[in-house]
Amino acid sequence: MSLVFAGICSHAPGITGRAQMADQAMREEFYRAYHGMGEALAAAQPEVLIIVAAEHFANFFMNNMPAFAVGMAGSYEGPIEDPQWLGIPRVTIPGNAPLSLRLIRDMMQTVDLSYAEEWKFDHGVMVPLSFLTPRYDLPVIPVNINCQGPPLAPLHRAWALGEALRRAADSSPERIALVGTGGISHWPATPDSGRVNEPWDREFLRRWQSNDKAAMLSYTDEGTYREAGQGGFEIRTLISIAAAARGQGRVQHYRPIPIFAVGCTVATMSIGA
Amino acid sequence: MQKFLFDINRDPELQRQCRADLPAILKRYELSGEERGALEAGDIGLIYVLGANGQLLMHYAAFLGMPWADYLGAMRSGVTRHGPVRAGVYSMTTRLDEKVADL
Ligand SMILES: [Fe+2]
Repeated sequence: MSLVFAGICSHAPGITGRAQMADQAMREEFYRAYHGMGEALAAAQPEVLIIVAAEHFANFFMNNMPAFAVGMAGSYEGPIEDPQWLGIPRVTIPGNAPLSLRLIRDMMQTVDLSYAEEWKFDHGVMVPLSFLTPRYDLPVIPVNINCQGPPLAPLHRAWALGEALRRAADSSPERIALVGTGGISHWPATPDSGRVNEPWDREFLRRWQSNDKAAMLSYTDEGTYREAGQGGFEIRTLISIAAAARGQGRVQHYRPIPIFAVGCTVATMSIGA
Repeated sequence: MQKFLFDINRDPELQRQCRADLPAILKRYELSGEERGALEAGDIGLIYVLGANGQLLMHYAAFLGMPWADYLGAMRSGVTRHGPVRAGVYSMTTRLDEKVADL
């Protein structure tokens, strides 16, 4: 089998941690779309969920920072943050170590990866899981792209990572769901938290939906930093999903919610040949 | 300084030790006098200006019991008192009096 589902979503910690501070109607609409993505994911009957995220110094730090890392643990614990602060209880999530090993071996044919047998999930993974698999029963394999501590892998390498993921998935018998989470423009955890560049986001989503590789790879980190903040570096995760899915995207939800510090995004992509 | 924040954010035992004797724990880290003073005083605004990545700093603010609105305000006041952020990619891009978080 191969990929049976692909999508992208936001992961800002405020989505769950500051839920009560948001406008109720806006929050409900977003949550409905997010849960809807979880239902679509379940309907695809995956055996495992690969989540491409951009962690925030939960496991990796500037003393030894991998550009790309893939989890190879039998199980994962999260959130690493204070559960009360994040609004998500601490749980153990099953992994699939043998599949991780096979995927990593295959991906390494074209992309140099780090692997990790110990990995704690931060909000970058936990916020998506809390909506997509709220019983935390679907095995997860985390993939991380360093989007926090520059120098960062160039965008075309994020694309190559997605291609490697697809090739590895194609040679696996398992039914695999793939979700990317990050961005789009935002200035999280700064005094500017809440600032969102909506036109920039909509243009990025247009490029992503039409799977326009050249347009997606034409962003520069200087331009992204200026227009979309340091949170914009996380578009790497979204770009890798487009490379892996090779399909056309559909946006189920996009709306900036300032107290969540992000343009709240839920989108899926068809699996192309 | 960021190494200390990284360590304390992910280690409940270190959090407990810091509550008991923060200066003793900070002795283990290579810090400038300004960094040490800011950490000992819990001066989130100055720690921010000195270049702490927000993804590290927001958890330290929560550890100090600071609500979200106060955390954003503390960073803004840090920039008012000490000038622009001196290192890293988490600098402030809005005006000093701007409110962007709907708070
Ligand atoms: Fe993030």
